[in-house]
Amino acid sequence: MKRTLALAALALSAGHATAQSSADEIAKYRAMLADGNPAELWEAKGEALWKEPRGPKNASLQQCDLGRGPGVVKGAFVALPRWFADTGRVQDLESRLLTCMQTLQGFDAAEIAKTPFGRGEQANIESLVAWISAESRGMKFALPQAHPAERTMYEAGKRVFYYRAGPYDFACATCHSQEGKRIRLQDLPDLTTAKGAGLGFGAWPAYRVSSGELWGMQRRLNDCYRQQRFPYPGYTSDATIALGVYMGVTAQGAESIAPALKR
Amino acid sequence: MTSRGSRGAAAAIGAIAAGCAMAPSVDYDKVAQDMIKASFREQGQATIDRIQQDEVQRICSAPAPSPTDVKRIETAELATIKPPSNGRYLGDWREGEKLAQNGRGMTWTDPGGVPAGGNCYNCHQLSKAEISFGTIGPSLYQYGKLRGVDDPANPAAAPIVQYTWGKIYNAKAYNACSEMPRFGHAKVLSEQQIQDLMALLLDPKSPVNQ
Repeated sequence: MKRTLALAALALSAGHATAQSSADEIAKYRAMLADGNPAELWEAKGEALWKEPRGPKNASLQQCDLGRGPGVVKGAFVALPRWFADTGRVQDLESRLLTCMQTLQGFDAAEIAKTPFGRGEQANIESLVAWISAESRGMKFALPQAHPAERTMYEAGKRVFYYRAGPYDFACATCHSQEGKRIRLQDLPDLTTAKGAGLGFGAWPAYRVSSGELWGMQRRLNDCYRQQRFPYPGYTSDATIALGVYMGVTAQGAESIAPALKR
Repeated sequence: MTSRGSRGAAAAIGAIAAGCAMAPSVDYDKVAQDMIKASFREQGQATIDRIQQDEVQRICSAPAPSPTDVKRIETAELATIKPPSNGRYLGDWREGEKLAQNGRGMTWTDPGGVPAGGNCYNCHQLSKAEISFGTIGPSLYQYGKLRGVDDPANPAAAPIVQYTWGKIYNAKAYNACSEMPRFGHAKVLSEQQIQDLMALLLDPKSPVNQ
């Protein structure tokens, strides 16, 4: 089914003569799928995974504290990344899930962080983030900034966003600091404005039509850095979490549509 | 390695956060630098030295570079431009078009030793036929024609020809914080590849100039 959808999207985009009509067709295709985003398959699996006793400790994640108290999922996504006293870190959703999988279920968080995207427990995390983000659908981003470490992460994240390096001199800002720009036909959100960050940051996790996969924010950022010709960002490394804080705070007040449908 | 690095950085942030009440100013630049050092690792051909910034990258990461910095960068970058060693500025526009279409190269998933593409269509319009073009850079459609280049070998065309070579070789010579990579200076493209891209832009027979 995933492959069929991806092919259908390709056929639609390839078959048209002008840039405008391709973009229109893709928009139409997205609208067609709006009531049936394949991300729902990941959501259902994620909910089951949350409740299922698993790991060396044979425990569920139902006591996991995503920032609103143990077991509270609704509204958690739109307030992440945030400071967690028990780990002494500002954590995003994926980093927090690693913590819960280690402390509650007995998994080795470092081992999962090293696992390639889409494999083993990484695949399970994709389902979990799909469901957890869906539980905040329609709610507005409201990342806490009261703790000094949260403000430090915002300021550091802004600097990481503008950090130019590598053989091409690219930063995140190269593609994402102006409105109405594209790479080839792909529209680029301006992540420096509330509207653009709401559209860009606020869409992930998302189902990617082109690959038939569900990507969390960590995988999205990882592939951005690959295309920036940077070295490899560690999974849930502080630079990626700081970027999440910067983008999320910039998106404050925007409605979460995750998990969205992307090219 | 990564998780150890992250923990180190987290501890540093904790320490800074704790000190915040007494010392109101946190050195966010240093926090960000340390964070970047701890967060990335080598993968494939994307070696870790790539996170080290040169002066251009450092100054152009700040919100507003000073006019003095801009002037100094442009002067220094202009001095890096090497004219073609065989004296020929233009190669084959057909090869140039292939290069302009090719967005591969230098990522950690690209195999080492394979020449990089020019990435041109990612950001620029070039020929009329290719409708899938980006808009980060200006349109280059009819680049040579609009500049009155009907014979690139004519001495009258030399200033445009040499400027165009320089722009591809090192865009920062003309605009210190340009978004465009320094294709020659950073050794992304070879001299031959730049010659072919030059032909795509300036050869009157190129699809760009139709």
